[in-house]
Amino acid sequence: MSTTTTPLTEAERKQAAQLERVWKEPSGFLGWFKVVHHTTIGKRYMVTAGVFFLLAGLLAGVMRLQLAFPEAHILSPDQYDQVFTMHGTTMMFLFAVPMMFEALSIYFVPLMVGTRNIAFPRLNAYSYYLYVCGGIMLWVAFFCNTGADRGWFAYVPLSGPDYGPGKRPDFWAQMITFTEVSALAVAVETIVTVFRLRAPGMSLNRIPIFVWGQVITSFMVIFGLPGVVLSSTMLLLDRTASTQFFNPAVGGDVLLYQHLFWWFGHPEVYIIFIPGAAIVSTIVTTFSRRHMFGYLIVVLSLVSTGFLAFGLWVHHMFATGIPQIAEAYFTAASMMIAIPTGAQIFCWITTLWSGKIVLRTPLWWVLGFFFTFIMGGMTGIFVASVPVDLQVHDTYFVVAHFHYVLIGGAVFPLFAGFTYWFPKLTGRMLSEVLGQVSFWLFFVGFQITFFPMHLVGLRGMPRRVYTYPSNMGWTHLNQVESAGYILLFLAVCVFLANVIRSKRHGALAGPNPWNAGTLEWATTSPPPSYNFLHLPTVNGREALWDAAPNQPVVTGLDEDTRSFLLTRTLDAEPDGKDEFPEPTAWPFLAAMATTAAFIGSIFTPWGITIGAIPIAITMIGWFWPKREPAERRRSREIWQTE
Amino acid sequence: MNLLAAVPGFTGNQTALSPVGPGAAHIEHTFSLIFWITSTVWLLVLTAVVIAVYRRRYTLEQMPPPERTTEASDRFAARAVGVSMGITVLLLFIMLISSFRTGHAIGTMNSEPQPLTIDVYGHQWWWEVRYPNPVPANIVETANEIHVPVGVPVHIHGTSRDVIHSFWAPNIQGKRDLMPGYDTDLMLQVDQPGYWRGQCAEFCGLQHAHMAFYIIAQPKDEFEHWLTAQAQSAPVPSDAQTQHGQQVFLTHGCVLCHTIGGTTAASRVGPDLTHLASRSTIAAGTLPNTTGNLAGWILNAQSIKPGARMPPNQLFGTDLQDLLAYLETLK
Repeated sequence: MSTTTTPLTEAERKQAAQLERVWKEPSGFLGWFKVVHHTTIGKRYMVTAGVFFLLAGLLAGVMRLQLAFPEAHILSPDQYDQVFTMHGTTMMFLFAVPMMFEALSIYFVPLMVGTRNIAFPRLNAYSYYLYVCGGIMLWVAFFCNTGADRGWFAYVPLSGPDYGPGKRPDFWAQMITFTEVSALAVAVETIVTVFRLRAPGMSLNRIPIFVWGQVITSFMVIFGLPGVVLSSTMLLLDRTASTQFFNPAVGGDVLLYQHLFWWFGHPEVYIIFIPGAAIVSTIVTTFSRRHMFGYLIVVLSLVSTGFLAFGLWVHHMFATGIPQIAEAYFTAASMMIAIPTGAQIFCWITTLWSGKIVLRTPLWWVLGFFFTFIMGGMTGIFVASVPVDLQVHDTYFVVAHFHYVLIGGAVFPLFAGFTYWFPKLTGRMLSEVLGQVSFWLFFVGFQITFFPMHLVGLRGMPRRVYTYPSNMGWTHLNQVESAGYILLFLAVCVFLANVIRSKRHGALAGPNPWNAGTLEWATTSPPPSYNFLHLPTVNGREALWDAAPNQPVVTGLDEDTRSFLLTRTLDAEPDGKDEFPEPTAWPFLAAMATTAAFIGSIFTPWGITIGAIPIAITMIGWFWPKREPAERRRSREIWQTE
Repeated sequence: MNLLAAVPGFTGNQTALSPVGPGAAHIEHTFSLIFWITSTVWLLVLTAVVIAVYRRRYTLEQMPPPERTTEASDRFAARAVGVSMGITVLLLFIMLISSFRTGHAIGTMNSEPQPLTIDVYGHQWWWEVRYPNPVPANIVETANEIHVPVGVPVHIHGTSRDVIHSFWAPNIQGKRDLMPGYDTDLMLQVDQPGYWRGQCAEFCGLQHAHMAFYIIAQPKDEFEHWLTAQAQSAPVPSDAQTQHGQQVFLTHGCVLCHTIGGTTAASRVGPDLTHLASRSTIAAGTLPNTTGNLAGWILNAQSIKPGARMPPNQLFGTDLQDLLAYLETLK
């Protein structure tokens, strides 16, 4: 491709040096707390979420060890409850959502829409610090034997003041608050970035599918999280301020908690899966060397999945006994979600069918996705049917089902995406051989670990049991599952070795090693601090493939400030200019103040009232208007965009 | 339709796929239908994926330039996607209707105007079982073992005394949650005499793993006989050893939590022990009811079921032996 392998002209070199001066991220130890560029924050999210993935994965190994033998005493029941709760909580709240949504959205969406930073970069930095503080808090509590132990869902009354003494459920509920704030912040940034900061020409019908996925996920975050905000806050109030929301003895309601939790909890699954599906669309397009077949179908499928996801929360509650008419509605709604997902799958297959296939490691991971995720979708129909669900609900069948859906639908695409974008992140290629080895180890290990769970569930083994009797016929299947874990462990080790090795010694990638069509490949690998030397314009769905021979670039932005171009939501016509804020440590300080308030409120309700004072001070520092940029805006008349 | 049940791996007394009652049997039909449809679809889709990938495979080092596609060149693809979607929707409706029919069949299982009612209360971590009767003296209280007559619909009325539990005996019927503040009603029918195991299916704390129960299906006359016997008070101890044993029971911690009908022990915190010796397991299906197990359980239940509400008891010399001898008379 013609993208930038041509040497720079003298004028371009000058321009690059000027941009570098303006966009340079602060360096040094203190600089670490000031950076606001989306690639830096995005990478931090990736590394942090990756660490949580490894930690939660190790906990899975501890569980598999305990369950490899009937009536084993390797873990006490108390330890086992903490381990499975920490595994689920960490995977869902500290790995899956921060990785699939926040990390990928922050790093790639601004690049893919062709702008210089994410909207509200300081809020972005704030969201990262809150996320990492919430995660650290949960894990420090765990190492102090105060680990959450009521399941990742923490149903009342088991997690309430009467049956959950100590501070364990409080740490859990407060960790939710941390991750809520950070996810909501990123959702707002993503939506504004996509709706207002796109490259000229990237009208709605030319937005890359990956970006669509992240926008839809953002809306789901905004509509879904209030449910868990309510449930976890009400739980905390019941525990710390003696409210009685969930106490049946005085008219409280234990089912209310479940409705609120699953109003968020079910869309949560799609918040994790939609970015995964969007990665699959991206990789299928690149590696079948053609435009996605059925772009419109795929985008509308993602949108309708986002809507339908809010209509099926009750299918987590079928066993609570619900009226028959509600049963019928939620069964139908749960099965209907198969229609948009099916439409996407058929579009991917026809795209592959009519394309020229280049079978490299990212595509192998996508094939693993097809095998695994579709099986998870099929077992999803079992749990959507109320009568069948009454047999398999809360058994290992469901454990198998959601690992097929979540590992199949998110982790396989994530590995695919990571292999695919590694050259963009680091400038070097991952080793193809090690990539294949890790793929096959992971794929085979996954099936060995999780397929027998269907069987052991149908044989009657419930979830969340710390042990089981030896005469139930579950022992051998459990041992096979535990053996499979070893392969999964090795697969992740090989993958990490590949990353570490390739980061130093991998082949140089160049700007566009896969000859792909989206805008992140239009700049150097890794991208400079200003993302693009020439801000691009767009002429089709795959911007680089469809570029005209003399595709224009954006000109006329001030190069002595961090200015950027605003475009209109529908047609992405230029609509004005504005400036990104400078790096600053205020978001970090505000996050620390917020962390102190959140953690303080675990121990006393006064934590919120008194803790609000430092938050207010740091926020004032953060938003304190500066004379110079305000003057500049006025003088250049970029304040008003009309 | 019952091909799955024939698979030997799925026989047993706690499996959903070898039903012994109409509830589980209805569900098993829908399960099989969904199984066959989804397995076939999965195989077809995966075959399509494999063919799609192997049809025009390039093993080039360089990525070839992207292909131009037009509406005309994609006409075949559009048709394929359209047909596949049509089939998907059709199959979904078949499974949906089957699911509705099963749900309806289970909902209308009760054929009798006044079926036998059994109250089941979930506790951390055992099951309180009660056979209500208008005559208070004839109320039967037991724990962890539910006797039912064969071939007759039985109405289970349940709730929880503490946290949420889930009542599940997979050979007989799907599960239902028992929730504090809510009443749960479900119908059971067992068509085959035997011991059918069930287990709590909703995470309920430390000993969620050791919260099993048995549904014991008996012919009607045997069941009536059992029920009459259970309504009796405990026998008065006849020899010196068992008399001493009863005194041990009534003067130690036991009496603070347990009931033995016909004595002054009448606390309802733990299981009713009036007919303890007639039960086949102790500690909610955790151990067979033998003298040795009972002794271990009384002395230190925490070593068997850590976290259980039963405290350790220090009993010396003949006290334990006599207590055990007394408990074994509680047939």
